[in-house]
Amino acid sequence: MPGLIGKKVGMTRIFNDEGVQIPVTVIEAGPCPVVSVRSDEQDGYNAVQLGFGAKKAKRTSKAEMGHVAKAGLEAAPRLMREFRTLNGEEYEVGQQLTVELFEAGDRVRVTGRSKGRGFQGVVKRHGFSGRPASHGHPMSRNPGSLGPGTDPSRVIKGKKLPGRMGGDRQTIRNLQVVRVDGDRNLLFVKGGVPGARDGYVLISK
Amino acid sequence: MTDIIKELEKEQLRDEVPEFAAGDTVRVLYLVREGAKERIQAFEGVCIGRRGGGVDETFTVRKISSGIGVERIFPLHAPTVSGIEVVRRGRVRRAKLHYLRGRRGKSARIAEKRTVR
Repeated sequence: MPGLIGKKVGMTRIFNDEGVQIPVTVIEAGPCPVVSVRSDEQDGYNAVQLGFGAKKAKRTSKAEMGHVAKAGLEAAPRLMREFRTLNGEEYEVGQQLTVELFEAGDRVRVTGRSKGRGFQGVVKRHGFSGRPASHGHPMSRNPGSLGPGTDPSRVIKGKKLPGRMGGDRQTIRNLQVVRVDGDRNLLFVKGGVPGARDGYVLISK
Repeated sequence: MTDIIKELEKEQLRDEVPEFAAGDTVRVLYLVREGAKERIQAFEGVCIGRRGGGVDETFTVRKISSGIGVERIFPLHAPTVSGIEVVRRGRVRRAKLHYLRGRRGKSARIAEKRTVR
């Protein structure tokens, strides 16, 4: 089953019947037209290509326009992504996928681009402990020793060090769908999802 | 905050919230679920503060129960809070009455608010 492309709207809370407050992220997902279907015979893999949003005609190349015209679209989607699926034959080009694909209680995975944090130290970036705050320690958040001394005479590859953090593709798995609003194309998932508000996210089962 | 979030939060708000503030004595009726049975329980005490806005708003009620101070924080718009009654209006000069925690008996009294007619 393919997923959907959506836009993160923001977070809020929802009360359930027992009065328990559930933190939710609201995602405006779909409707996503199936732009094309990739098949094993023709392309060497199975997937469906979905679109989301609309792009101005003057920002669309003629090649792109021709590609989306096959799906009967008047404007090119702002974003197109492929979702791997084994039963691609079940989907027709031009068909619209909506949030009705999901129902409350489903477990989904949400992929997005996390917020960029800039150049961060080792404590924030890799969860190192730093030094204790009291008992006579000097204030320090340094990485400590980088490894053994004379014997390897080098730093082991992959050593966790300070550097750029965030701004990369992240997937959160096993998020619970709390509510689906078909009229407004909204999907409510429990907890946070990667990225800033208005960022694009991919939702799949 | 985006318009969609605002709209969604508006839908969850309680229709009628009685006017009350810190210093007022309130009676909160809330649903308790014991197994399959549901009943309404009351919690009466002094509201010692409200915080937050929209769906996030909560208020704290303090009472002295068998000699021990008890405080409960209620989400103002929770469906389990079935009703809020104002029993008495108090005259206070603070928005948060945390000073009541260190007091008991006579010094923990709150004067009644006089309303001008």
